Parts: sequence; C-alpha cells; structure tokens
Amino acid sequence: MNMAVIPTTTHYPSPQTDEREQRRTLSVLVDNEPGVLARVIGLFSGRGYNIDSLTVSETEHEKHLSRITVATTGKPMVIEQIKHQLERLVPVHRVVDLTESGRALERELALVKVAGKGEARVEALRLADAFRACVIDATTESFIFELTGKSDKIDQFLILMEPLGLIECSRTGIAAIARGPEGM
Amino acid sequence: MSNEMTGAEMVVKALAEQGVKHLFGYPGGAVLPIYDALFQQKELQHILVRHEQGAVHAAEGYARSSGKVGAVLVTSGPGATNAVTGLVDALMDSIPIVVITGQVPTHLIGNDAFQECDTVGITRPCTKHNYLVKDVNDLSRILHEAFYIAGSGRPGPVVVDIPKDIQFAKGKYTSAKNVQHKSYKPKLKGDMAKIQAAVELMKNAKRPVFYTGGGIINSGNEASVLLRELAKLTGYPITSTLMGLGAYPAADPQWLGMLGMHGTYEANWAMHDCDVMICIGARFDDRITGRLDAFAPHSKKIHVDIDASSINKNVKVDIPIIGDCAHVLEDMVRLWRTSSAQPDKKALADWWTQINKWRARKSLNYTKSSDVIKPQYAVERLYELTKDRDTYITTEVGQHQMWAAQHLHFQEPRRWMTSGGLGTMGYGLPAAVGVQLAHPKSLVIDVAGEASVLMTMQEISTAVQFNLPVKVFILNNEYMGMVRQWQELLHGGRYSESYSEALPDFVKLAEAYHAVGIRCSKPGELDDAIKEMINVDKPVIFDCLVDKAENCFPMIPSGRAHNEMILGDAAESIGEAVTEEGKMLV
Repeated sequence: MNMAVIPTTTHYPSPQTDEREQRRTLSVLVDNEPGVLARVIGLFSGRGYNIDSLTVSETEHEKHLSRITVATTGKPMVIEQIKHQLERLVPVHRVVDLTESGRALERELALVKVAGKGEARVEALRLADAFRACVIDATTESFIFELTGKSDKIDQFLILMEPLGLIECSRTGIAAIARGPEGM
Repeated sequence: MSNEMTGAEMVVKALAEQGVKHLFGYPGGAVLPIYDALFQQKELQHILVRHEQGAVHAAEGYARSSGKVGAVLVTSGPGATNAVTGLVDALMDSIPIVVITGQVPTHLIGNDAFQECDTVGITRPCTKHNYLVKDVNDLSRILHEAFYIAGSGRPGPVVVDIPKDIQFAKGKYTSAKNVQHKSYKPKLKGDMAKIQAAVELMKNAKRPVFYTGGGIINSGNEASVLLRELAKLTGYPITSTLMGLGAYPAADPQWLGMLGMHGTYEANWAMHDCDVMICIGARFDDRITGRLDAFAPHSKKIHVDIDASSINKNVKVDIPIIGDCAHVLEDMVRLWRTSSAQPDKKALADWWTQINKWRARKSLNYTKSSDVIKPQYAVERLYELTKDRDTYITTEVGQHQMWAAQHLHFQEPRRWMTSGGLGTMGYGLPAAVGVQLAHPKSLVIDVAGEASVLMTMQEISTAVQFNLPVKVFILNNEYMGMVRQWQELLHGGRYSESYSEALPDFVKLAEAYHAVGIRCSKPGELDDAIKEMINVDKPVIFDCLVDKAENCFPMIPSGRAHNEMILGDAAESIGEAVTEEGKMLV
C-alpha cells in the first residue's frame, strides 16, 4: 500500500504553485454497514491520499450511524477533492472539516508500557503523574499507563518514556468534535 | 401472506417492477435458483451472452441508447470477475447498470468454496455502490435501491451480490414505491447566485466557447434541447468531448467538432484562445486538456457538474455550479433571456472570423487514394450511406474509434456508444447487441478494428441466436493501429507486438457463426458493399481492408498544449514534437 505517497509530478505537468500542504481533521458520518470502512480506506489508498490517523466507532446505535475521524495532509485542492470524494460515497451522510471550522477539540488515548527498575521506574511514575496518566496495570518491573490528550502531548510523553524503558504503546487515533451547542 | 416469496422470485419481481425487459446474463451454480425463477415467467427476456464481459457491455449499450438502467445477471467467482472490466467501463463513463452476482451460500463465505470470490471486495472500487445481501427480507429493498443509485445523480454501475441460500429462502417482498434511500439524494438544482454570475460572465465574453460532455447526454434529452436553445440564444461556438457527441447537432454552423487529443484544429484552438469557457457535463480529462499549465491560459471557466468531486480536480475553475445539466441549463436560458446586458457583437464577430480561419485549415483532411481504401474514406462512405437512416453507432477502441468520432456526424444524443474513460477494446460488439435489443428496428453498426473485435468476437453468436442484425464494420489494417501509431511516433518505428499475426478469415468466421461475411478492398466497390451490408437482415461481419500505414490526425502530442497540435499534412515533424517528458505519458 502506498497510502503515504503523494506523487510529486502529475501525469501531465501542472502549474507550479506555492501552495503548502495542510493538515486537516475530517469528521465523516456514515451508515454503520459492512464494508463502509473499507470504502473509505480504499478511497484514500486508491487515489493516493494520506491517512495520518483514522478512528471509527458506532456513535448512534438506533440510527446505525458511525463516525469516522480521519486526519489527513494535502494541498488545498487535494483536501477539497478528499472531502468531495468522501461525500460521493453512498453510505456517507456528512463530511465536516473540523480544522476549517477552527472550533474543534481533538483527543487521543494511549496505553503505554514501560519496564524498568530503580530510579528510572520512579522517574517514569513521576512523569506519568505530571502528564495525568494513570496506572492501569503494574508488576514489580513494569507499568502500563493510560493517557489521554492531544496527539502532541502523547508524542511528548512517549519521547520522555523512551530512555526510561518504553516497551510499546497502543494509540486509538484522534477523536474530534466541534465546540458549541450544534451537532454535525 | 401474499408477498411472501423466495429470494429468487423477488429478483425477478423486482426487475420487472423496475421496468427491465431484457436481462443480459450467463448462468452458473450460484445463480441457478434465479434462472429457475426466470424459466417460469414471461415478463423478462433473458439474453444469453457468451462471456460475462459481453453481458455488461451489452447492458451498457442498452442503457446508453435507451436512457434506462441496464440489467445483468452472472454467477459467482469467475462470473463476477469476468464482469469487472465492464463495471469499471461503466464507472468511468457514468453508465447506469445493475449487476446481480450469485454468491456461494452464506455459511461458506470465506471458506474458499468452489467458485467463491470476494465479489463486494473486488468490485468496491469498480462500482458506484455495491451490496452483499445477508437477509432475504432486505433483498427487494436493496434491489430497488440499486436501481435508484445506478440511475440517479451521476449514473454508474451497482453490484448486488446474492448468496445462494438467500435465493432459496422465503421472505417478504417490498415494493419499489415503499423504498426510499436514506442518505443518497443528489442535488439537481444549481446555486442561483452562481448561475447568475455565470450568465453575467457569458454576456461579457469576447471569445467564448461551450465545452460540453457526456453529462448532457446522461441528464436526458431535455438537456440536449436546452443546450441547443442556449447555443442559439448566445450564438457562441460549441465543442464536445468524445462522450458528448450528438448532444449538439454536428450539422449546425456553430459546431466546431470534437476537441482533445484527436479533436479538430478549430475546436482545440478555440479552447486555447478563449476568454470564457463554459464547461457543461465534462470533466477536464487528460485527453482533453493536454498540457495543464498551457490549458486555456487566458480564460475564466464556468463548470457545471452534478458530481462535486469533478470540480477543481484537474483544473481550477472560477464559477463552479453543482447540479444536473438540464436544471442548470434551464436556469441559464431563462436568465440569459431576462438579463438586459448585451453581448459584445463586434468582439464576437472577430472571434468567429478567427475561428473560420482555423476551420479553413480543414484539419480532418487526408490524402485520398483510388487503389487502396483509406480508413477515413471508409468511415465517410459509411456516414453518407447511413445518415438518412435511423442509425446507432458503437465502436471498439483505437484509431478506428477516433476516425469514427471525426467523420461520423451525430445530430442526436444517444446515437453514439463508445468506451471513452476506460478505453476498453472489445466494447463495441457486445454494446451493439444491447443497442439492437433496445432498438430492434434500427440500424446498429459497430465500427471496429480487427484487433479489438477479436477480444469479444464470441458475442456475434449472441447476435445470431437472438436475430439481432448488428453490423460489425471492421477497419482491418492488420495492426493494433493506435499502438503502432505511437510506436512510430515515440519508439523509432519498432513495432513491438502490434502486428495482428495469424488473423482469421473474417468472412469465413462470419459464416461459421451463421452470420454474413462481406469483404471489400477496393475504394470503387466500397459503396455497393456497404449497401449490401445495410440491406442484409442478419448480423454481418464486414472486413474492410484499409491502408495499413495510415495514422490518425490531427493529434495533440503527449505533454503538449492545444495550440501545438500536429496536422496530417505536417506530420513528418511529429517525432520531434514529443518531448522526453511527453514520452512518459500515456
């Protein structure tokens, strides 16, 4: 899969523009039916778009609706294409560009396993406390921390844990929602 | 309860309710219950093809020439995979078809059962939408939804995969009138403010051009009528893509001919030099734009399309209008009439003077010959001898397709069926079968190449079985002509594998199929031979032996702009016209 590859040259030479790549978080409301996630992922890989993060879960059981939160990067024309291509999928109800609205909250959850003894172990616990991570499992030589926050906070936590015995981590990807009283 | 029936019976009932008269298909283990139900009814006629690809192309031909949704029934595994080429073809050209595939019983799915394949997985990127039916009580709803999705918005193919146990199971039938899709509701009306702005821009244009496409045809005959009205009101020149031919009458003086890689000189130059481009139902395909950074560089662009993802995909436009062509054209016509602004008559007269200079270049001219049939001459004669008849044309893909597009002049929509987006060799003959079924009394001709037609030649057997008098008019140059042309222009004349070795004797082949074979190799005998072909009330394979070395011009070399096109009489320079970068392109 070459999901991360955006061709630098198009089929035909295109005008040189100084448009920069942008990072966007899109919220996609879809029917919770078999194959819907495959449609979305297939669209991204088939058309050479990037997926930086992808989260999906049923959000409204009675209406059979799921919400897919996808973080992507691309030039403005590509971002516009991604939104329209998503809207074109039959089971897609709505696509909202949360970054564009400028009023979005983004959170991610991570489970982080750290093994170590002595001073490193104490330090890991102290930093975890500073990051408001909680311990959800412990042995005499390891911890599993649960941490929520923005992605860069989790990135930072993982950097700090690296020298203290970071074994592995599992991250959920971004869940995002717009501020204010209105729904999507 | 009276609406309790088996899944197989539901399929037949739903198809009938959707107005399907002809079902193209091929039986197999996983669809036997449906074939059993078909055996016991009289509403649908099943057309047995010889290969599943042929079934899909036939349904495409049926749909394109009639405006209805085409229907196909094939079995699981190889039945479904053979249909894939047709599905992508229909997706690329926005053709409404519903393809029903059999599937192994639900409990065997995922077990690598005999003739099992992941049909919904394979066809997901090849369809507008697809379904796997898991409960017989959903089946009729899904079938009705499939027809709705295939035929509305930007049309396309829909696959419904039905496991064999679902075909046997009994359940409740839901009538089409009780089915409404919950999320798919395409927007038909365009944004009025944008249409207003578009009309204003059009009124102020000094060098305008209409660039129209298959969207006009898909939108319905009403759109063609409105397009003609708008063109008459404005007096602006009009060109079209390969897919849109016939939406505007080729006999009209405002018609510039087709644009793009093998379009006319006047159409491409008008596109390059225009100041306002009015694109309706076309998608700025790479065959149309050529070099993007030199595409209509001084123009403001209006783009009308029902598919928002077509807008700003390849070319940034100034006024995007999302809506159905007929709806938007209707608003444009009304606003044009009510607006008081007057177009700049002087500028328009100058523009037409310029266009007529380009036209005088007569870019479709070719060197005539009295001892060998020039392929262009063959198409010209075919046109002259069929133009006063009720004629439908399909094509295969290659040089013959472009010559047909250049030299057959279409006056009405839905008369021209060709594989544009995918470029599927082997499309034309099965498509002609479908067209002939939709129009049993009309003259249906597949303009073919000898290489293309051999890809689906078996469908002549279908034509014979169902008494469909389709005419396969082969421009036989013993080459995959377009491949050979590119090898000549780009690869030093090294004709790697493009010669059609060991061709069959097409006349004998026709006779072996119980069709009629005609051969012609002399220009002087061509008219009589074509007349004979037209007058035979049976399928005909016409082996027209043409000049083997002829190339298709005019041509915009890869990676070049509209105003850098090469004409037939200046073709010596073409080898140098293609840059190293251009050679990379297809």
